[in-house]
Amino acid sequence: MWRRRSNGGGSAAETREAPEAPETRQTQTEPPSDLMIDALGRKCPIPIIMLAEQINVVPLGGVVAVHADDPAAFTDIPAWCRLKSHAHVATYDLPRGGWSIHVRRNY
Amino acid sequence: MPLRAAPVSVLTVAYLDAASTEPLHPAAREALMTALDSGWADPARLYGTARRAQMLLDQARAEVAEIVGARADEVSFTSSGTQAVHLGVLGTLRGRRRAGRRLVVNAVEHSSVLNAAAVHEHDDGEVETVGVDRSGRADAAAFAEAVSRPGTALACLQTANHEVGTLQPVEEVAAACAAADVPLLVDAAQSAGRLPIPGGWSVLTASAHKWGGPAGVGVLAVRKGTRWRSPYPEDERERRRVPGFENVPAIVAAAAALRARAAEEAAEGPRLSALVDRIRREVPRLVPDVEVIGDPVARLPHIVTFSCLYVEGEALLTELDKAGFAISSGSSCTASTLRPSHVLEAMGVLTHGNVRVSLPRGVSEGDVDRFLAVLPDIVRRIRASLGVH
Repeated sequence: MWRRRSNGGGSAAETREAPEAPETRQTQTEPPSDLMIDALGRKCPIPIIMLAEQINVVPLGGVVAVHADDPAAFTDIPAWCRLKSHAHVATYDLPRGGWSIHVRRNY
Repeated sequence: MPLRAAPVSVLTVAYLDAASTEPLHPAAREALMTALDSGWADPARLYGTARRAQMLLDQARAEVAEIVGARADEVSFTSSGTQAVHLGVLGTLRGRRRAGRRLVVNAVEHSSVLNAAAVHEHDDGEVETVGVDRSGRADAAAFAEAVSRPGTALACLQTANHEVGTLQPVEEVAAACAAADVPLLVDAAQSAGRLPIPGGWSVLTASAHKWGGPAGVGVLAVRKGTRWRSPYPEDERERRRVPGFENVPAIVAAAAALRARAAEEAAEGPRLSALVDRIRREVPRLVPDVEVIGDPVARLPHIVTFSCLYVEGEALLTELDKAGFAISSGSSCTASTLRPSHVLEAMGVLTHGNVRVSLPRGVSEGDVDRFLAVLPDIVRRIRASLGVH
């Protein structure tokens, strides 16, 4: 079955570039964010609902980091950004499994 | 259309899951009943009843071959579409071992292709996966480049995607494969009987229950001149390609369904396609925050897929089931693996709240009306239960 590489299989600092964000930097460590949402252990669509509820907490141009480990969140948070015209900045592997998915508030 | 959900008992269930399996075509039922009486004997034997079974099998083979664009002696019947794919992939890799150990597949192929590729990889073969765009279409240029690399033994591409309906660039990829002298396996499971089979394949696979034939019949066609060696122990049946005693009555029924289906498609295809267009247009109008997935134009006539933001796929299917709709989903919570569909993942589209509507032959417009009438309220209620308004 085609699958993206499972989390934890490679380097913990592996960074995935967001296809629709050409400005993505290939930094190995996670840069700071304005707000962290802890959605670890929560199944989709809950992480996305949490993100939608809190995106306006950060100022325009601010970055929300969603911590999630439901495999669906890996695909669905960037897809949500595309549908809602926010920017998926990058996705970083978390050392203990799951990802930190960075989203920039665009409006 | 404020059609309130009536008690299920008074409703007939609307079957909208033809992509999983198409209900048995009446022509198949009739052929099956007849062939159970006349085609039960061993077609490999020489007495009268055996010859009769052999004749029915040959006739079915000739009919299927004609419709899929093959010679009769290139066609073998398997026990399923999955078995056809497994034999097609592993047999061609085995036959082409001297040419190399590289297999090129499309990321959104049916799991039978990807699982066969995993066996090859486990067997120290190399597998290259070519990605798709947002609509689910394989990147033909990347595919051409991948097959041109030395040591490529086989490439696999479906005619159309089974989850989102997007047509694949088979002719373009077939031309690239021909130029590189690499055989192309085309999996026509979702399109056979609905759309003409594109040319240029070296190995072709299909599944009878997807076109209204009975379950338990697959088609494996291997073009003359394509090197192929069975991955199974030797067996005399089906030109030594498929082990085991043929299910002649089911094969006869499968051929009858394919013939009937192909003849009806000129009228039924456009009718289903117009209903799909209507669903594609109406769902985003009636339900906020919905992404309709797959190519709107270059698609199968009967499949439409969409994802609803902030909705759990399982809850959606459960509510639709209560409202009398048999429908499937690619969302992770509806899969035994708890992973979202590899197709939706590869496309990079929303995987939660996913619904695949696939229209069977003869579906009534009223079923689609009723689906569009109940969906908005179901989505609204599920969202409300999660605190989304």
